[in-house]
Amino acid sequence: MSAIITLLRRDLALLLPGAQRSSSLLPILFFLAVAMLYPFAVGPDAPLLAQTGGGVIWVAALLAAILPLDRLLAPDIEDGFFDQWALRGISEEVVVALRMIAHWLSFGPFLMLAALPASALLGIDGETLWTVELGLLAGTPGLAAIGIIIASVTVGVRSGGAALAGLLVIPLAVPLLIFGAGSLSQGGEGGIALTAAISLLLVAIAPFAGGAAIRASREG
Amino acid sequence: MKEVRLLATDLACRRGDRVLFSGLSLSLGAGEALEVRAPNGVGKSSLIRLLAGLARPFAGSVERGGSIGLLDERPALDEHLELGKALAFWARLDDHNAALEKLGIDGLLDVPVRYLSTGQRKRAALARLLGQQADIWLLDEPLNGLDTDAVALTEGLVAQHCASGGIALVASHQPMQLPGNARLNLAQLAQ
Repeated sequence: MSAIITLLRRDLALLLPGAQRSSSLLPILFFLAVAMLYPFAVGPDAPLLAQTGGGVIWVAALLAAILPLDRLLAPDIEDGFFDQWALRGISEEVVVALRMIAHWLSFGPFLMLAALPASALLGIDGETLWTVELGLLAGTPGLAAIGIIIASVTVGVRSGGAALAGLLVIPLAVPLLIFGAGSLSQGGEGGIALTAAISLLLVAIAPFAGGAAIRASREG
Repeated sequence: MKEVRLLATDLACRRGDRVLFSGLSLSLGAGEALEVRAPNGVGKSSLIRLLAGLARPFAGSVERGGSIGLLDERPALDEHLELGKALAFWARLDDHNAALEKLGIDGLLDVPVRYLSTGQRKRAALARLLGQQADIWLLDEPLNGLDTDAVALTEGLVAQHCASGGIALVASHQPMQLPGNARLNLAQLAQ
């Protein structure tokens, strides 16, 4: 138990904004930049912006969540941390689960905050904003799980890891985006519930998929 | 107290399509040390990882009676942290503070790990290994980058570890004074 707290403290110190290995505020700024630039790209058509804005927020959230992927696990494997943990009987699954929590904490809550100014920029009204926020709350843990799965699968790939990560995101993220962004047009709760269900599934799978991937990369 | 031992039976190691060595058997009991000698590329590091259980053998089996401590070229210390904090992380995990004065790094605790030299990192890694209080030490090139004082210090630590009932297996290119002077030449088993 104390090992778990020690590991989580290190993960948070590494990943939270302002920490050494995090790209700190980059994902959030990236998210806001998309929201800011989108109206310039499509033109100042308020109804169109309001109609498509929620979807834009979701795509921006997805991209912001996968920005720090290459730093999520790879440095710890290269520096031998995972080997040392394995020798101490701390399984890869535990490490990956804790890293997923830290990864979510490093962007999830901040993304939900950043969605407030973003929705103002996109002309989204209060009720839709509420749906967006609930959707993000339900969906961002799933995004964090996707991120950690991809980070662990691409960890053994010497070159081209980034390209592979980009390809892997697409099929994994499709269900979340369909229901998350879909909850905006179809009116709320069903979509959010389905987003939450997919999120839970991804969160439940991620530690085992990630742990297996890291052990497989060790054999290489 | 449980019996500390390290047993390998008919071990073979494959890397890619190549079998590096095969038919390796060794048996170490409490207080014994073994030096593994081999030219580059024969599989010293691979052997260490097999024995540590971090890689699966191509053939044969490894039996470990006791906890494993691994020291290789990666110190597993956070580069951006001060040495004291980086070591404190392992001290919290292992629930034991290593004797830093003995290793001559007690004056470096506020220096970030990335500014440390190879030898200083090695000393820090030794501190981590000591703090782990493992029964079986697997040391991969422990003398790389160490000065003569530190070499003698490392030899002393290994002797002390064995004297207190531990096992040490050392893979090194540099000659190293080990208790018992047992030696294994991996080149004879190479394919």
